[in-house]
Amino acid sequence: MSVIALNPKSEPLGKTPKETAEARALRETTPRQWFPYAAPQARGRDPQDIAVSFRDIGRKFGEKTVLDNIDLDVPAGQFLAVIGKSGCGKSTLLRLLTGLDRPTTGTLTVKKGENGENRTRIMFQEPRLLPWARIAKNVEVGLTGIAGGEEAREKSLAILREVGLADRAGEWPSVLSGGQRQRVALARALVAHPYILALDEPLGALDALTRIEMQQLLERIWLQQKFTAVLVTHDVAEAVALADRVIVIDRGRIALDLDIPLERPRRHGSPELARLEGEILDTLFGEKAG
Amino acid sequence: MRTTGRSILKNASGWALPAIILLLWEIAARTGLISPNVMAAPSAVAEAFWRLLLSGELIRNIGVSSARALSGFVIGGSIGLVFGLANGLSSLSRNLTDTTLQMVRNIPHLALIPLVILWFGIDEQAKLFLVALGVFFPIYVNTLLGIQSVDPQLVEMGRVYGMSRSSLFFRVILPGALPAIFVGLRYALGIMWLTLIVAETIAASSGLGYMAMQAREFLLIDVVVLSILIYALLGKLADSFARLLERLTLQWHPAFQTA
Repeated sequence: MSVIALNPKSEPLGKTPKETAEARALRETTPRQWFPYAAPQARGRDPQDIAVSFRDIGRKFGEKTVLDNIDLDVPAGQFLAVIGKSGCGKSTLLRLLTGLDRPTTGTLTVKKGENGENRTRIMFQEPRLLPWARIAKNVEVGLTGIAGGEEAREKSLAILREVGLADRAGEWPSVLSGGQRQRVALARALVAHPYILALDEPLGALDALTRIEMQQLLERIWLQQKFTAVLVTHDVAEAVALADRVIVIDRGRIALDLDIPLERPRRHGSPELARLEGEILDTLFGEKAG
Repeated sequence: MRTTGRSILKNASGWALPAIILLLWEIAARTGLISPNVMAAPSAVAEAFWRLLLSGELIRNIGVSSARALSGFVIGGSIGLVFGLANGLSSLSRNLTDTTLQMVRNIPHLALIPLVILWFGIDEQAKLFLVALGVFFPIYVNTLLGIQSVDPQLVEMGRVYGMSRSSLFFRVILPGALPAIFVGLRYALGIMWLTLIVAETIAASSGLGYMAMQAREFLLIDVVVLSILIYALLGKLADSFARLLERLTLQWHPAFQTA
């Protein structure tokens, strides 16, 4: 059985309000072992369901304040893009979210699994594949402590099919191209069906065409699995093309919080996208009023 | 078929130069260009080889020397590996021992021979001690270097994915350090034979070095040359074995992928 088949229904594009009664019934009557790693999509976009919550978060490195009084709620299933100039603190935000770093002040709540396990995954700017493990084994790293042996193998092959690399499962990472390696890294991050996927400029090092391909892949998989995505990027066009909501961080504070209520799939270069892009760029440069 | 033929040819090409040298050497000895007191002809060496092989002396001496070399290597190598791993993984251990080890490393271990003879006589322990000491440092230094050069981004990735300390070690750190450990291994194999030759030549009552020294006493140049050649062959054998291991375990490394 493919991993994707675990998602019983794929929601229509655009805004999806509440879980229907049948969906709820299906979710509640299905034995848990059938959906051991089921994505949180079954909960839909319930406004009560907050995946990540920052409360007065501050982070200082010595005397330098990198993040200051950040208040942010990310509803489950939302695609959030975080934009800012270099050194504005956006990577720190992501490191806090994934537990790689701790805040100096404030409280951070991140949705965990039912047994309190960590269901947050991060995709780095570099693929960070183990050069000494074959592609399938690299994907299985994503199931560390969750599944092993034959089960892990099957799941990793299924997710590799999803990113279009099933035929490369037995190869070494060194023979893959940059874009393919990053797709393997995406498969590794998603194989355990995370609640939250943090993306730290994962497409930054790719060429323009591969980038667009990867954006489409990311959007497609996100629509299928409905995890909460937090994408840190410095590419404004990428942010408005992919995200439901964009926040701009400037000097450690949230300078702009903007919903992108556009239908998917979005067309690159549409006037609506351009208008939103302009608004964000105005906040980043000049027009301090924001 | 063609590819196997080509690979045999490729392997054989390394042996062409030694074969030509051997041939020239034989001609020079036969024509009297090289006096028999200075250097034995290859045919004389081959004769000596056959004689000693039949008497069983050669096999016994090779056995004794190899056993010494290998046991010294195992002892010194495993201590080196343990210290290398410990100091690579724990800064406490490194702070405690690294300075001391680096100081000891700078003493040429062969300088200890007089002291070692005083301690152990010319018994087996003396050779074991010297070989182990000689082998220890290349393994230690390279293991430590290998662990320190493991990509910290990969270690961070392993942590994010919830790897336990042991699986982080076996899946990320050790494989990352392996290429450097192999460099140390091959270097240590060279030192192993070198140390043993010196130790056996100076003080021994059996082994290849002893055989060579005895032959010198009786002016048997052919046997002296034979022992030197056998040392060369054993060294090459050890190195090939290390290369084979390298090729088996480092398949992922672009340098070892067969085109």
